[in-house]
Amino acid sequence: MGSLSFDVAVPARSFELALALEVGAETVALVGPSGAGKTTALNAIAGLVRPRHGRVACDGEVWFEAERRINRRPEERSVGYVFQEYALFPHLNVERNVTFGGRRSDGLLERFRIAHLAKAKPTQLSGGERQRVALARALARNPRVLLLDEPLAALDPHTRGAVRAELHDLVHELALPTLLVTHDFEDAAALADSVGVLVEGRLRQLGAPTDLLARPSDPYVASFAGANLLPGEAFPGPNGLTEVRLALGETVYSTDVARGHVTVSVFPWDVTLEREVPAAESALNHLTSEIVSLVPVGNRVRVRLSTLTAEVTAASVERLALRPGGRVIASFKATQARVHGGTYGSP
Amino acid sequence: MTRMLFAAAVALAAAVAFAFLLLPIVAIFLQIPIGDLFAQLGSDVFRDALFVSVKTTLIAHASVLVFGTPTAYLVARRRFPGRSAVLTLIEMPLVLPPAVAGVGLIAAFGRFGLLGDELNALGIEIGFTQTAVVLAVAFVESPFYLRGAIAAFESVDPSLIGAARTLGAGPWRVFGRVALPLAAGGLGAASAVALARGLGEFGATLLFAGSLQGVTQTLPLAIYAQFEQDFDVALAISALFVLVGASLLLTFRILGWVRFLSTSPFRPAASSSL
Repeated sequence: MGSLSFDVAVPARSFELALALEVGAETVALVGPSGAGKTTALNAIAGLVRPRHGRVACDGEVWFEAERRINRRPEERSVGYVFQEYALFPHLNVERNVTFGGRRSDGLLERFRIAHLAKAKPTQLSGGERQRVALARALARNPRVLLLDEPLAALDPHTRGAVRAELHDLVHELALPTLLVTHDFEDAAALADSVGVLVEGRLRQLGAPTDLLARPSDPYVASFAGANLLPGEAFPGPNGLTEVRLALGETVYSTDVARGHVTVSVFPWDVTLEREVPAAESALNHLTSEIVSLVPVGNRVRVRLSTLTAEVTAASVERLALRPGGRVIASFKATQARVHGGTYGSP
Repeated sequence: MTRMLFAAAVALAAAVAFAFLLLPIVAIFLQIPIGDLFAQLGSDVFRDALFVSVKTTLIAHASVLVFGTPTAYLVARRRFPGRSAVLTLIEMPLVLPPAVAGVGLIAAFGRFGLLGDELNALGIEIGFTQTAVVLAVAFVESPFYLRGAIAAFESVDPSLIGAARTLGAGPWRVFGRVALPLAAGGLGAASAVALARGLGEFGATLLFAGSLQGVTQTLPLAIYAQFEQDFDVALAISALFVLVGASLLLTFRILGWVRFLSTSPFRPAASSSL
């Protein structure tokens, strides 16, 4: 089975990307904000930028090694690269794009349902079609590594879901070492076996998507996973809990141990909304909030409050007659409030 | 009220500018009847000058394309120390008076110039020959081509070059199959502008190559030579230049638009996740 291993330092704009990963026949997603060095990492593996030092190897074959002055050209590495915005050759038709690498397109056009578009130019294609052409082109040379740079970002929300499902099936079927770059945690969670959070050239956390959701290692990771971030001051509280006085003015409790300046993270789907503080309720944290906006997302509704964002079912919205401008109690359990920073650190 | 005053002032300025630019061009065709004008093109002076101009300009232009295109590709693709110095150097002939270019060429390639002894030893005489015309034309038109060609190659999305390389394309294939076709529109435009400048070259040629009819006398030099002897011939050649220039601009514009529409379908790559 294929494997990609790399450990590189690449100068980027204002920092140096330092990244080491071992990728077996699996998909690793690199998520992070713009300018975090995600694309630079892919370019270093493809040979399009030269690392300052380090090593890149695939199946034991060394592609780059600073110390031994090995630096294979991109054309001599075996990389299938789907570029951001796809980078299809605008002057060539679909078939010529796919066969640019010199191999025949046998079956690829059919496999990616673009055979009927063989003579079309990239300008004439929809976003989803372009993405399939880019994938077919990247796979035409039977690469040993697959690099996907924001493969879903150029798609409209309507087609995105379907294309994501297709891509998921494809990468699992290919079983190639695959690196996926995205700024969208949901895409990463849906497509990748593990997710690495890259911030300013450093890997903040690497783990299964569910691990990142359950135990985000720091506020950046929590916010990428979609959590609310609430800054505050932590003190030892009653019953071994940590009491956090939020900058908002309210006080919340967490089972995490910390002290000092901290950030509390809580996921929107862990927040429940009620009209009044319930009498018998296990949730310990209650924030009286004003409703700012209500946005339906699939079968749920994202409710933006003056304090944080909650995600509840459409039925709850109806039952509570939630309207922008109205007041509501947002509740979550002490076990669902993660505390980051402070002097004791987080688990 | 002030709004109308402004509109009137702008319209007046525009009218003066257009009239000033158009009048001399139109005047060329109005001095003598059109039939007489083109009858002048049968003269020996004209035919000799046309032959010299076409021959020397074609050779000079071909050399500029052959040497200039790879140079532009190199400068556009590479970031190296001293790059901005190179760019400035390339544009030097643009800001020099053509007479200075002529003096420079004499100082370099003339009999008593920098390379004079070497060229003499090889039995090569350049001053006042057609070779001198070719050198002068090439020197003066080069920056027009280089500037446009560098911009054309720079406008090719680097991720397309990157894509070609990860698809196994070596440097020749990247250049021939991706960079060159995608820059073709810009290269064509730069080539047309440079060609027009080359055809009109006067000052450097006059100093370095002289104005011998049938040898080094190009069309612009023939205009100057005929200016006092037979103004009608000068008018006729000028009229020809106007027509050639206009058709060059027109084709370039039409081609330019078509190219532009067919080769830039994508937004410039977002730098969002570098």
